[in-house]
Amino acid sequence: MSSTRERAAAQRRSSLVKDGLDYIDDRFGSSPFLRSAMDKIFPDHWSFMVGEIAMYCFVVLIVTGIYLALFYVPSSAAVVYHGSYKPLDGQTMSAAYASVLNISFHVRAGLVMRQVHHWAAVVFVAALCFHMCRVFFTGAFRKPREVNWTIGLTLLVSVLLEGFSGYSLPDDLLSGTGLRVVYSIIESIPLIGTKLVFLLWGGPFPGTSLIPRLFLLHEFLFPALLVGLLSAHLAILWRQKHTDFPGPGKTETNIRGSRFFPQYMLKGGALMFLTTAVLCALGGFVQINPIWLYGPYQPYAVSAGSQPDWYVGWLDGSLRLWPHWEFRSFGYEIANPFFPGILFPGILFGVMYSWPLIDAWIYKDHAAHNLLDRPRDKPFRTAVGVAALAFFSVCTIASASDLLANDWHISYERIIEILQIGVFVAPIGFGLIAYRVCIQLQRTGNMIIKKPIGGIIVRGGDGAYHTLGDHHGDHGDHGDHGGQGDHGGPGGHGGHGDRLGGDLTGTGHLVRTGGGNGGAGEGAPAAAGGEHAAGGEHAAGAEHAAGAEHAAGAGAAIPEGAVRRGTGGAAGDEVQSPGGAPKEAPPGVAGGETEA
Amino acid sequence: MTSIDESSSRPEPDPRPAGRTGADQADVPESLLPGTEEYLEDPRHYGIEEGVPWPDDVPRGQDDTHWRYEDDPHGARVAELRIAFCWLITLLSGIGLAAVYVAGGEAQVEGAFLFAGFAGLGVGFVLWARDLLPGHDVIGSRGGLTHISDEADRRLAVQSLGRGVEPMARRPFLGKVLGGVLTVFGVSLVFPIASLGPAVEGQFARTPWRKGMRAVSEVGTPVKPSDILPNGVLTVFPDTGEPLDSQAMAQSAVLLINIGSAPFKVLPGRETWHIGSVGSVNCLVAFSKICTHAGCPVSQYDWWTHELVCPCHQSTFQVLLDCKPIFGPAPRNLPQLPLAVDDEGYVVSQSGFTEPVGPGYWNRPIEINPFTHKAVKYS
Repeated sequence: MSSTRERAAAQRRSSLVKDGLDYIDDRFGSSPFLRSAMDKIFPDHWSFMVGEIAMYCFVVLIVTGIYLALFYVPSSAAVVYHGSYKPLDGQTMSAAYASVLNISFHVRAGLVMRQVHHWAAVVFVAALCFHMCRVFFTGAFRKPREVNWTIGLTLLVSVLLEGFSGYSLPDDLLSGTGLRVVYSIIESIPLIGTKLVFLLWGGPFPGTSLIPRLFLLHEFLFPALLVGLLSAHLAILWRQKHTDFPGPGKTETNIRGSRFFPQYMLKGGALMFLTTAVLCALGGFVQINPIWLYGPYQPYAVSAGSQPDWYVGWLDGSLRLWPHWEFRSFGYEIANPFFPGILFPGILFGVMYSWPLIDAWIYKDHAAHNLLDRPRDKPFRTAVGVAALAFFSVCTIASASDLLANDWHISYERIIEILQIGVFVAPIGFGLIAYRVCIQLQRTGNMIIKKPIGGIIVRGGDGAYHTLGDHHGDHGDHGDHGGQGDHGGPGGHGGHGDRLGGDLTGTGHLVRTGGGNGGAGEGAPAAAGGEHAAGGEHAAGAEHAAGAEHAAGAGAAIPEGAVRRGTGGAAGDEVQSPGGAPKEAPPGVAGGETEA
Repeated sequence: MTSIDESSSRPEPDPRPAGRTGADQADVPESLLPGTEEYLEDPRHYGIEEGVPWPDDVPRGQDDTHWRYEDDPHGARVAELRIAFCWLITLLSGIGLAAVYVAGGEAQVEGAFLFAGFAGLGVGFVLWARDLLPGHDVIGSRGGLTHISDEADRRLAVQSLGRGVEPMARRPFLGKVLGGVLTVFGVSLVFPIASLGPAVEGQFARTPWRKGMRAVSEVGTPVKPSDILPNGVLTVFPDTGEPLDSQAMAQSAVLLINIGSAPFKVLPGRETWHIGSVGSVNCLVAFSKICTHAGCPVSQYDWWTHELVCPCHQSTFQVLLDCKPIFGPAPRNLPQLPLAVDDEGYVVSQSGFTEPVGPGYWNRPIEINPFTHKAVKYS
């Protein structure tokens, strides 16, 4: 800023920006909103970005999808193919299939667009699933974010429908077979199945109505639904602000991260470009859904090795695992596909939708939370999640049973029989293992997330609390805002680099959850107090006689929340959670660490 | 470029306090860069509402206006060049992409250029944000644990709602009438949906197979028993005299199987349903090709074990046991079609199926009349 020219330029920019903002504000009075939007702080743990990756996949899907729609012909009318792909020359096929061949072989850049589109869809669902796991395992769905969990799940369902409808549009032999199975699943619904399936398909399978209808669903109805749900999802996120992991200087009532403008906006944009880059590389180099190898759909033909896209695999697998049962009485029957195809996913999604309620009931926790759980601190929830993943995995593996049998030279019957047992054993086994690992991690303080700060909180005979092995280590980076300097307080909260402790080792965190669950109760202020008390180094702060950095912050509520729970013996929710930390912790000792 | 003087000479009166407008040049900051006391100390930049005391968990004096190479002009220049290099890759990729398109297009090369182009753009932005833009973590206030309104606001909302709800609730009669009317009217609005598909009148149990219809291959050629060698199979359809549509094909596909001399178990009443005698060299039987599980065509025939396997979910049917399901999710036998040979020596059906083909459904009959094609038995 030294030279006069630079100063003049800066001055010009200043007035330009000001004029611009004035123009807008004169019309919308939007300065407070714009300011708060640009000031908005986003925590940036890497796992928070996966939901964004999903969103950027959606952007790529819309752009490539519009391009594809310009060439796709949504029609089942029979045509004789005379296009660029000679092996299918002269074959009778639907106009839809011919148009997709055309996109793949005749339209320049059509194939890369098609493959990027398909890859984006596959990655989209994967990113969504990862995002949902992250939200589940860290308890981010808890109050006040239950509604957004519900919206997110509905997004997932819509994306599954959107994905499957798009997968079916080429009308190739593979997707047509998938539609045949779906037809039978819907047909099997008691009472209304046959009527429903006629309404959807316009008559018996396959008919000529479905492809145009699927096109409408895939092009308009589901995308509109997705845009609406996504907007609501983001608006609620914006309003409620992002959750964050506990950490130095973080409490339930503050938020730490980089500002939306310029840092987050640029990096968000960069993530979009990088996601697009990877999808383009996949679309260019890795063949996906080569429909010309499958051939056009013929209702009497099918090829061996018919597997759907990965995100439908669990349903296909459940159809293979369900035994040959169907139930019949008084002349009516509940047909076989109904159980694995309708009832089972219905129950699964029912549980997922109601999980915030179930979780609040299990942990007797109706307080609001902004700080996340570490998965190990809620062993039961983590075990349930791991069991669910194991269950989905076994079902997905089952959908490839014929391929596995072929590759491993085992009969497909054995594979299915093993998986029929595995579908029960794996969730229980992996759930139990996850549970034990959680408990062990709590006790040993292994896998510390960042830098150590915590310790063992002990109440002495005089009633005072102090931390065993507490010494103030190097605080590390973030010195400019982390807390030491600015937070003041004699203690600071520098990394208490003791062996056991950790930024987020069991102790501090367990106390936190303990405070939140046990002591705080319902009322917002009280809950806030409890959470304050608990939050990471707040607890540590509270027990520093000197009153470390956040002692004042949490106010009088701190000791009430955390410490009183602490004196009761073992702290917090782990006692309440089924099979949590043992209750035989010595009296006068708070926190999970001590129980080890 | 709008000059400061122009901006101040707007015709409409400026409601904002004097001294903030461009007219007062002395107050215009030298540049847009914050870092002044005013910026750093304003609670609103930290999510703290006006009038609310500064929370203790939001540190004061956070300065988030600095960037990595602020004090290192050389480093900044290098960073600048690095970013420009990334974007240069994007530029070149763009040119490459256009060239490939003009040259005729090639998916792999297009993918490579698209990747490089977007990646260059993205990496450039990341570096820009990291090296040359303020990016310190800041701690701000959430404005409380959750965004909840205070009691007074809630009560006001309750009053506003009550203003309408109370008088409405005092008219239970209207409520009941409206409920009834909306139910009836709503149901009537659903009727157009029924146009989407035909009425269900036993189509699921019917196939186009009729007495004396020739079995023809998918291209319409009639089949003689000698066309199918021992252990051979052929998918056939009824020759209705006109081309079958996809729906008829899906429902009527039948597998003609020459089981050779294998010991086929003939059920009582089906002694004449096959062609050739069981145990002889050629014995033709016919079964519906539509899996009783989920409707896939059961198209894999293992002639060694005489098993039919459905490629979709591996339901396995033992042909010699009247296509009884011996493994997998299929709950029922594949229905058998009674065969005969007509005067010209072609394979024909004696009648339609005696049971519905394909997967199960709610009111599936277990027996149908093979001549009238009406359901005769439900349980």
